[in-house]
Order: sequence, then C-alpha cells, then structure tokens
Amino acid sequence: MKQMISVALPKGRLGESVYKLFAEIGYGCPEILENSRKLIFENEENQVRYFWAKPSDVAIYVEHGAADVGIAGLDILLEQEPDVFELLDLGLGKCRMAVAGKKGALIGTDRTLRVATKFPNIAKNYYTEQSREIEIIKLNGSIELAPIVRLSDVIVDIVESGKTLKENDLEVLEEITDISARLIVNKASFRFKTQQIEEMCEKMRKSVTANAKG
Amino acid sequence: MNIINSTLRREEQAIFDLRELYEQYGYKKYKMSKFEEYDLYLENKSFLPSQQVITFTDLNGKLMALKPDVTLSIAKNVPSLPKEPEKLYYNENVYRSPRGSNEYREIMQVGLECLGDVDLYSQSEVVMLACKSLSKLSEDSVMVVSHMGFVSGMLESCELPFALNEKILKCIEHKNAHEIIRLCDNSGISSEKRDSLVALISLYGSFTDTLEKAAELIKNDKMRDSLFQLRELEAVLTTDVELSRMRLDFSVINDLSYYNGLIFQGFIDGVPTAILSGGRYDNLMEKLGKKAQAIGFAVYVDQLERCEPDDVRFDVDVLLLYDENADTAKLISAVKMLTANGQRVRAQKSKSEKLRFKQLLKLGDGGLEILETND
Repeated sequence: MKQMISVALPKGRLGESVYKLFAEIGYGCPEILENSRKLIFENEENQVRYFWAKPSDVAIYVEHGAADVGIAGLDILLEQEPDVFELLDLGLGKCRMAVAGKKGALIGTDRTLRVATKFPNIAKNYYTEQSREIEIIKLNGSIELAPIVRLSDVIVDIVESGKTLKENDLEVLEEITDISARLIVNKASFRFKTQQIEEMCEKMRKSVTANAKG
Repeated sequence: MNIINSTLRREEQAIFDLRELYEQYGYKKYKMSKFEEYDLYLENKSFLPSQQVITFTDLNGKLMALKPDVTLSIAKNVPSLPKEPEKLYYNENVYRSPRGSNEYREIMQVGLECLGDVDLYSQSEVVMLACKSLSKLSEDSVMVVSHMGFVSGMLESCELPFALNEKILKCIEHKNAHEIIRLCDNSGISSEKRDSLVALISLYGSFTDTLEKAAELIKNDKMRDSLFQLRELEAVLTTDVELSRMRLDFSVINDLSYYNGLIFQGFIDGVPTAILSGGRYDNLMEKLGKKAQAIGFAVYVDQLERCEPDDVRFDVDVLLLYDENADTAKLISAVKMLTANGQRVRAQKSKSEKLRFKQLLKLGDGGLEILETND
C-alpha cells in the first residue's frame, strides 16, 4: 500500500485528457473509465490510485498529503499558492488570465478601479505590481456579467477563445499570464516515494514533449 | 507509570522521549513566559511561519503578543559573546494561525537551540539530535539537509536584478524548473546562468553523490565553503547517525535574512509536511545585535495527531455495575482490589454508550460476576 502513488485528477475535460496520458505511459486504471459512482480507483499492477476532485480542490488534497500527485491549472496554483512542488508543465488546458471589460474601462487612473473576480489573490498581486488602487469584488461564477451590470469596471478572469467576452461587448484589456495544467507533488511524499515519483514525472515529461512536437 | 504510559497520546509520549534525549546531551530546559512584547515579532516578521500574531494590551498599556515562536525570545535573551555555548531546549505552547486556516490555534512545540560559538562539534551535535529526534517520533523518517550559503552563492554569481532574485528563489523552493526557464528567457538572462539555476533543483540525493554533483557547480568561494562545511558534517555524522536516512537537497531554502548556512527539515511517514525544521541562524543573531552564532530546530509535535491512530484502546479495563441495593462498603473494597491489580476501573449504575471496556463486571449479592469480556 505504501508504495502506491495516489493521483488527484480534476473532474472534467482536462482530467480526462490527463488520465489518457497517464494510461499511455503505463499508469492505466481501466476501472476509471466505467460509468460508476465510485470516487477512488486502484490498479495494483501499475501501483497507482486515482480519484476525481473538484478542480479547485486538487491542490488542497495534494498539500495535505491526501494525494501524492495532482494535476492543477496554474490559475488555481497562483490563487491558492499551495506549498507543493510544481514539477511539470503539461501544456494542456491552455488559456490566459486576463483583465477584461468594456472598451476604455481602464482609462481614468484617478479613481479606484472596481475589479470583479473569482481570483482575488491573483488580481491583488497583479495590481500591487502596478501600484494601482483597486477594490475587489469576489464572485463565484459568470464573472462576465459584472461589468455589464456595472457591478465592476473590469474583471480578472480566465479567457479561452474570447467568444464569451465578444458576445457581451467585452474585450481583453490586459493580459496577465498564460495558464496551463501543471503536475504538483506533495513535499513529504516526494521524500518517501522519490523513485516512483521521479519515474512518473520523467515518463510524463517525455510524453508531453513528444506530443508538443507532434 | 504503567497505566499512564498506555493512555498517552502519541504527542505526549513524543514530548517525554524528546526531553529525555535532550537532557542526555546536557541541554537545559528553558521556561518562557507566555507573553512577549509585540515589537519583537513586528521587527522580525519574516522569521515567523505565519504573520498572524495574537496581541493584547497589558495593564501598563504596552502592546504584547501571545508568543507565536520561541526561538526569537531565546535569541533575544542570550548574552552577547557567551563564554561557552548556551545549550537550551524548550517545550512550549505557541499561538499561530496555521496555513489555510483562519483561526488561531495553540500548538505544542518542542525545540532546541545552541547559541554562542558554534564549532564543528556543536553543529554536528545539533544535526545528530535532529536525526535522533525524528527516530523517536517514527521508524520511517527522512532528514533533508541544505545550505543557504550554496544557494545564495549561486544566486550572487548570477547577478540577477533584485525582483527577479525573489521570484527565482520561490521557483527553486517549488522545484519549478519550467518557470525559472521562462523568467530567465524573458529577462534576457544568459542560458548558462539559467541552466545553473535550474541545476539547483535537481541537486538532491544521498550526501556523497550530491556533494560530488554540487562540486561541479561551484562558482565562488561562498559555494566552495558551503560544500566544505557539508563534507565536514558528513565525515562526522557517519560515526553516529544513519546517513542512509539523510538526503541533501539544494532546492530546500529558508529566509536569507535569518538563515545563512546549514538548514534542515525532517519528515516522518504519515505526516504531509515537515515535522522538524531548523538551521544555522547567525543572521538573526546579528539582526538582534548579538555577537553570537546560533543553530537550532523546532519539532511540531502537534502534527503527530495526523498519523494513523493507534489500535482501538479501551477507555477502562473494568466497568463495574452496581444497583441501588448494593452495599457501598463492599463496592469500595471491590474497586480497591481491582485497582490494586493495576486495572483501570469505572464504577457506575449502567453501561455508557461510548465507554469501551475490556471486562464488564457486576457487584451482586454473591460478589463479583463477569458479564462480558472483550479483547
């Protein structure tokens, strides 16, 4: 039991893509593809255990050692700043973190900018670097609504294709950073399962590099 | 002491074991007051693992704090230039807000400090005691050692702009090679410098192997001296400690304004974070205006709670039932006899739902009757 590596996968498209990668490099657990209500899946042969978690919770499981390894987007990592090792950029789930709003919303630096966001920490850090005074309104979803109903001047949110913004007469005003899925590891697990974790990472790294080229 | 030993929680047992260990090596127990002037923590904020400190105003109008840390107080009170090193250990409650929690908690912390002239013996002794402490806590432990001199020496050789330095340090701490590459490439740092920074992240493993690899990366005297210190340590440790449980890992870092040399972290299987943390903190001593060197570590025994709980124990060995007609004198002597046998006895009128007992007895007219036995 001790040598098994437990992996927290984010529920959804990204998690499923990542699982496929794991399966290809020898960490398959076919049971996981069956349509059941089970939450944990183990494969003795490949010495791996998976469970699905809400994407924004993956880092918490890993930080607390409930999972040795996890896959989390850089947005979650920048927001929560978990005390974990970030060993690999999988290059999946690519998108951007950006400031968005109505055209011209950022003009007028003489007043406090109202920023609605699901990522208050990211917003705060971004504007601290710019030394701009802001007021943060934390929302949990449909952030694009905020500037439309004048809850805020701008939003700090993830942008993929930009379609949602366009359809609502909003646009990207400033880009904060590129986002992608990362492989994170619990610091204590790394010490006790060093070889297995290194092996998993190396295999994953090779797979990711090969996919990037292909 | 027999009954107490079996009911001791793991943390309580650990505290006894650690205290015994430190006393064996001649460390004196240091008793602290609960309160310190808040200023001490305000001036040394980044020494604390968490910035939150419980404060109150004392009867003289002074802003005081419920101590979040012990080392700062010990360091503050040590005389400058002590003739012989002060060797102290402590077992104190500190008050902190753990990461991710928005509450304060009272946390039991055990620790050890050696302040004064820290020679090779004293430094090795502290590292050995850290290793032995881990062994007392668990059979399965790992001690990770690093050296701030090597890491800071590497950073100095790269001559990075200040803001970039901070970011790179954070990446090293998270073993985030890809971000270091991105930051360096975006800032026009040479690929040579970039690669040597990334090399720090994979500089870990057994003492001997890692020292060999590290030697290839030496860029300046600071780095050379650090490796020399580590070699000295290795040579000494082989005589007493299991080097197989120790690792070098140069991605392990701590705040440079306090820690200048050797640093180490201890892990035990079952606890997801470092249960022991320490190092050489001469820089803190200098900041406090003391002409003394210092090395020490803290053990966060409260983390032992997170380990697998011990097998189900019984709350009492005997639950003795009696009714209203029972002869109280007979009851008293029955309990006396049972406790004299070294058993834990609870006498009451009926069974409690949550009380786990080994044996259920009843005091009847004919004496004690066995109703139930669990094992």
